[in-house]
Parts: sequence; structure tokens; C-alpha cells
Amino acid sequence: MRLIFEKSAPGRQSRLVDPPVLACSPLPAELQRETPPALPEVSELEVTRHFTGLSRRNFGVDSHFYPLGSCTMKFNPRINEAAASLPGFAALHPHLATIPAARSLCQGALAVVWELEQYLAEIGGMRAGCLQPMAGAHGELTGVLMMAAYHRDRGNHDKTVMLVPDSAHGTNPASAAMAGFSVRTVPSAPDGEVDFDAFVAALDDSVAGIMLTCPNTHGLFERRIRDIADLVHERDALLYYDGANLNAILGKVRPGDLGFDVMHFNLHKTFSTPHGMGGPGSGAVAVGARLEPFLPGPRVIQDEQGRFDLVTPEKSIGAIAPFFGSFLVALRAWTYIRAHGAEGLPRVAEAAVLNANYVLARLREYYHAPFGDRCMHECVLDATRQVAAGGVKALDIAKALLDRGFHAPTIYFPLTVPECLMIEPTETECKETLDAFCDAMIEIARLAETNPEAVKQAPVTMPVSRLDEVKAARELNCSC
Amino acid sequence: MEWIPLTDADREAMSRVVGIGSVDELFGTIPDTLKSGPLRLPEGLDEPALRALASDYAARNRMDLVSFVGGGYYDHYIPAAVDALTSRGEFLTAYTPYQPECAQGTLQAIYEFQAALCRLTDMEVANASLYDGGTAVFEAVTMACRITGRNRVVLDESLNPRWRDMLITHAANLSLDLKTGRDPAGAACVVAQNPTFRGTLWDYSALAEACHAAGALLVGVFNPVSLAIVKTPGAMGADIAVGEGQPLGIPLGFGGPYLGLMTARKTFIRKMPGRIAGMTVDHEGRRGFVLTLQAREQHIRREKANSNICSNQALCALRALVYLSLVGPVGLKNVAERCRAGAEWLKRRIAHFAPCANDGPTFNEFTVRLPREAEAVVTDLLSRGFVAGIPLALVGAGNPHELLIAVTEKHAPARLEAFAAALEEVCACG
Repeated sequence: MRLIFEKSAPGRQSRLVDPPVLACSPLPAELQRETPPALPEVSELEVTRHFTGLSRRNFGVDSHFYPLGSCTMKFNPRINEAAASLPGFAALHPHLATIPAARSLCQGALAVVWELEQYLAEIGGMRAGCLQPMAGAHGELTGVLMMAAYHRDRGNHDKTVMLVPDSAHGTNPASAAMAGFSVRTVPSAPDGEVDFDAFVAALDDSVAGIMLTCPNTHGLFERRIRDIADLVHERDALLYYDGANLNAILGKVRPGDLGFDVMHFNLHKTFSTPHGMGGPGSGAVAVGARLEPFLPGPRVIQDEQGRFDLVTPEKSIGAIAPFFGSFLVALRAWTYIRAHGAEGLPRVAEAAVLNANYVLARLREYYHAPFGDRCMHECVLDATRQVAAGGVKALDIAKALLDRGFHAPTIYFPLTVPECLMIEPTETECKETLDAFCDAMIEIARLAETNPEAVKQAPVTMPVSRLDEVKAARELNCSC
Repeated sequence: MEWIPLTDADREAMSRVVGIGSVDELFGTIPDTLKSGPLRLPEGLDEPALRALASDYAARNRMDLVSFVGGGYYDHYIPAAVDALTSRGEFLTAYTPYQPECAQGTLQAIYEFQAALCRLTDMEVANASLYDGGTAVFEAVTMACRITGRNRVVLDESLNPRWRDMLITHAANLSLDLKTGRDPAGAACVVAQNPTFRGTLWDYSALAEACHAAGALLVGVFNPVSLAIVKTPGAMGADIAVGEGQPLGIPLGFGGPYLGLMTARKTFIRKMPGRIAGMTVDHEGRRGFVLTLQAREQHIRREKANSNICSNQALCALRALVYLSLVGPVGLKNVAERCRAGAEWLKRRIAHFAPCANDGPTFNEFTVRLPREAEAVVTDLLSRGFVAGIPLALVGAGNPHELLIAVTEKHAPARLEAFAAALEEVCACG
């Protein structure tokens, strides 16, 4: 497809916004732009066709099964969008809350912030929540910054190390480094859980905390989590819960009850807000008693008359967002939680876990399953058998799935599993879709033995075949 | 209400295949003592009840006042086509383009966004977006530290104070040496915003030259709409230019999601954070797009990555691209000139009782000195149907008599006159 710039014709105008009627002297010449920006000059119809055309070159959850492990690509209900597009929310200026007298103009929005922070704290088994972090990784950074503030407050100046399992999302060590910690990697045991002895050996007085995902990225619940928590707390260190996999235990187990001190929620995963091609997300955090004083500020509080107001606690780490984080994303999550209610959320986890186990059960005969016959909300398989048989790699299987009308699973993550295929079906998929996906996976597994070259040539039905990534990096054409 | 399609028969059949008697067995690795009781949450609602509830909350926000509040976030008109096109499910419900063959729509859109941003700023490279203007400033600062190997960061007073606060929070443990002012000696960068938070337009070209002479970078912070008519960061010699993309077709939304814009000189591209789309070809030589230079990123480099960013603001970037495509260069100029013309008219109209306090020309927003305290004036005007602006003392950017007033293309001349008259009355009754 041509670029929008290639569809531009000089002088073609949409007349979407007329020039000013009020007269105005020009800017001083030295402050003026010399030539107008070379933005596209196209009609509204051409813009419409261009972006409609681009959209048709995309897979989304609305169009395709999207079992991307660790990303929880569940259905995004349109009622969430309807709520977020209400003018009373969408057009509301956040600086109204900056002006004390104008807070009366945004009580509905402040109520949503306050309520969702309460709901998330309850779901997490925590004391208090904060919606400010604008993505999962931003929530991690917020969490480790609070951990750092806790240790500074207690005079724990020697606590400079963050423990991170080798199966962790890459954001965990990156976030710890951004908060000034050095990262010490804890290996996984052959069964896929944290190697407990290695953990004990790594835990010394320099450790400020540990960042864990539970269930972990191998799709397994860490059975010794309480022991880990007790040992960490004995050293006055803290536990961070990476909420990427919360969908597995929603309403069944609460991270706070497992001993975690701080967690983030990926509202765009667990709570059904759309992923938008990569964002926006929300990485709202919740904390237990140890970290509550350090939450980002200002915080929304409710006074005795039921009015919502703002305060900044004395020990707060400060502002991590300009206002209340990704408010319209949070509003969608609020809507989703109100739809399900207390009794609905655990059913999400049950169906998500059943769906993943069903896929695992149907595929483990055809693909190597490194961690046994049970999983939580996602299952980890690998392509080592296919590599050995005919040189078909996880990447080839991913591409072959595209030709069969399915988005690929996450591949080559976690890094602990060679040729990894990480499949997360989510609870919103029906059995028929799971069966069609499993049938395709089985057909590809057979083809990998009988005609491996056919798999290696995939995809052949997409707008493009495999792309030259080396050329992209070498020539670096990133703008025009 | 819930969105789980499994029937009882499905569950039974699936459980048989899995080899379990009940779904509870799948949670058997979790010790019973750790399982939670019923959550203390409200009961679930069906869709009519949910819509009514959301509408009820929305109605508790007052949208009937005429607002002159800005401070980096502006109530610009959003063309109808922006919502219509960007709400298409293939955009809305896709994720990061890890499989480029089935995400060419996303990748081409990111590429076009990067190109549009470079053309707007006169910079050479752009990334696919950061969370917001504040985190873009933070990422620009740490990027400048990586490039120069220095840790002193000089913040000019022009910088949005909210973004300065965010920078301080984010950099709390990074041993940065944060200074206020414009002295580039020994610094990784000087951060300069145009227009300033208080609304003044200025040319930081000389400061950029001083930075380069001292081995420092100039981080320019811009308002994208202003660049239709105002001298660009590239023309002023910025090395990295960042801004808040909200004015480009993104709703105010009570604080987000917004759009962090980042551009730079091409030599610095490997030090940039975030995703970057690049053009390439497929096996048949057809043009296509991929995420490139991924070795900078956390999923490859972990603790040695340029940043921890993973999710970004792709859908907001798409909104900005669609907006810029719809209005084009002429439409964007019209928007910018209408903002400025309205602001200039209002500035002159109220000058006899509320003189302008900017020490130079302004764009869409200006500071006035009121005869009474600004917060009291704003409070009094609420009952007359106006939110008059941001009292600058509340954000630590001025004295108690100073008010920051923003005008957009949505303010009709009659509204400006009504506001000026009300402001004059309220100022007089102090």
C-alpha cells in the first residue's frame, strides 16, 4: 500500500477547520516557521480509505484468535468503549482537579478513580491502590521506586540488589535498573518453578526485594511462594508481584495474601481494555501496609460528606503521571469489574485456566511440553521435536499459523525454554475456536515432518512474506 | 454480565480431555489456606444497568462551563473521522506487531506517524511513542546522559512544572545532578520548553549553540500544534525534541491516555528508547515494515536496555496521524492561527484590568496579572459559567495574582467577549 504521503497532492485541502475570523498580527519573523510542514494533503475520503485499508492488513482480537502468551488477548467489550466515550469523561480537563474550587466539577471522575483503586486493592489483597502508572512496565518502575523509598526511609542503605528470576518478563530487570538497583538473576529449577535453593543462596542482606510473576511465565503457580515471602521479609526485603498473569488467579488467590507487598495490574490484560496495537495500557499499582505511605501522589480521598478531594501523603514518592494515569483506560476496567462483580471474576480465572489446559492436553502429544501436563492460564510448549525432525523452528510454526487464520503464540519467550511457544487462549474463546486452533497446530506438526520446507516458506497468504529485518536495521529507513 | 462462552457441555467435554473431574482440580497446586474468600465487590450488572451507571457518573462531571484551562493539555476540536477510523477493531484490538506479516497496518501507520512527526518538528528520527509528555522529558534526559556520559541535567524554568515533578520522581535513584537554569557547563543536556509553561514564545537557538560548545545536548520541548506556525526544534538546533501529543486529536480524558512524542537527530537513534518502525522488503522484494533496532529494548537487553518501556501509546499515535492527515498543513495552520488570534484578541480586550505578564509574544496561552488573587477570581467565575484558567501559584509557576489562560479554535468570538466581561466584573468586585 502507498504511504499517505504518496497520496498527497499539493493544494488539496479538506477545509476541515476554517481560518480565523479575528484579525491578528503575524508572529515576529524570527519566531516563525519558515516553510509549512510537509503533512499529507489528502481528502477526507482518501484518509478514510487509507486507514480502512491499513486496518485490513492487521490481525486483531476482533478478527482473529490471538493466543499471545503473557498478553491476555481477551475480548474487549464495546460497552467499555461506550463508557469511555461519554463526553462527561472524554472531554474532562484534568487540571480541574488542580483547582480546589473546581473539584466540584469532576466528582464523577474522581469517584471512578477512588472506587477503582478500592476495587483493585480488594482484588489484590492489598491496602490501597493507585492508578497513576501508565503501563505495566511503568507500574513496575513505580513499585520498585516505592521499595527504594521504603529502604531509604528505614536507613537500609546497603540494600541495592533486586532478585529477578530468569523466567521473568524483560521489563522486570529493566525497571529495577531504572530505579537504581543492580539485578541478580535467580535460575529456574527443571520443574519450571523458581530454584528454591538458588533463591536462598542469592538472598543476602544486600537484597532489597524480589520481583515475581505468579503463576510464572512457565504457566506454573509457585508452590513455595509463602516460604519465599517469609524468608524475604525476615531480611526486611520486599516482594513485588508482576500482575501480567493475574488472569489465572483472579478472585481465586490474592497476591497480598501470598505475602506480596506491592503489585501492578495490567488493566489492558486482565481487565479487558483494548491493547490498541501496543498501547495505551495502564499499570495501576496496589500496596500492602509496608508501602502504603510511599504511594505516588496526589491521592484521591473521600471526606465525611462523601466528597472526593486530593491529598499528597508526606512520604509519597511524588507524581509518576501528570494526573490520574490513563484515566479512560481505567474507566474501561472499572466498567469491566462492575459488569462481573464479586461472583463473576473467579469464573474468568476458571475458564481461562480450563481453556489453557485443554489446549495443552490436545497438543502435548504433538509438541514437547517441558513442564508436564498441567498449567494455569497459559501453556508452554516448544518446537524442539520439530527442529530435530526437519528443521522447523518456533518462528516457522508461528508464520504457518498466520496462513491458517490464527495469530501466533508468543515465541522465544520465556528465554529459559528453547524454541518456546507460549499459548494463552483466555476465557473469552469458545471450544470450537480452540479446537480449530489445535487442529491447525497438529496439522503443522505433521507437515513439519512430512514437508518441512512448506512450513519454512510460510506465510504465503499475508500482504507480505517474511521481511528482511537485517536490511531494515542496516539501512534504517524510519522516516521519509 | 460476563464474556465466557463455555457451555456446561463444553466444560464437561474439555475436562474429560484434560483428565479432571472438576475445574477446581486445576487450582490444586495452590494451597487451600492461601485461597481467597468471596471478594468484597459490588454485584455484577447487565449492559443496560452498566450503561446507566456509567452515564450517571459522567453526569456528575460538569461539562456546561466554558473553560480556559490549558497548562499543556488543550480542548481542541477532534474531527469525527478520528474516532470512526481509530475505533476499527483491527486497530483497537491488535497488540504490538511482533508478527509483522499480520501487522502491516500497524507498522505502516507507525512509520507514517514517525515521518509526520519528523516533518512537523524538522527532526530526523522519531520513535513509535512514549506514555506522555512528562515521561518523554524523563526519557530524553536519560537518553542525553547515555549519549554524553554525563549526569548533570539542567532544567530551564520554561519547563511544565508537572513534568519537572515527574522527572524528579522517575530519576530519584539515578544519581542525576539536577540543576535549574541554562548553564550547559558539564551538563548532559539543558531542557528548554517553547512556548514556556507560562505561554511565552522564545528562540533557544543561542542556547543550543552554547550547549553544543559545552558538549551538552539541547532537549527541546514543544507543543505540536504550535509548530504549524512557530520555528521548529530542528531549526533551533535541538538534539532531542519531545512533547505532549494530546493536542493532536486526543481527548482530554481527565488525564489520559495521552501521547509522548520523541524525536532526535539520526546519529542518536541507537540511544533512543521505545519502539521504532523501519521500512524494508519481503522475500519477493515488496515493500514492508518491521520493528527495528530491537536490541535497544528490554525484551532483548533486560537490565541493560535503554528503557523499561514495553506497552506504548500506539493507538494514540494513530489518532495523531489520522488527525494530521485530516487537517493537513493548511488545516493545522488554521487551528494554530485561530488559537493565537483568539488569545491575542482576549489579551488585548482584558489588558486594561488584567495586563499580560509574558515577557515576549505568546501562542495559544498567556499569563495575566489580576487585581485580585487568581484562585479567588477563578472560584467566583465558576458560578458565572466559566473556568477562567489555572492560577499559577497552584502549580508553583507564578505568584498568587497570576492566571494562565488558554484559548483554542473552539472558543467563538462571542464566548471570548462574554468571558472578558465576566472576568472584568469579578476583578472589579474584589
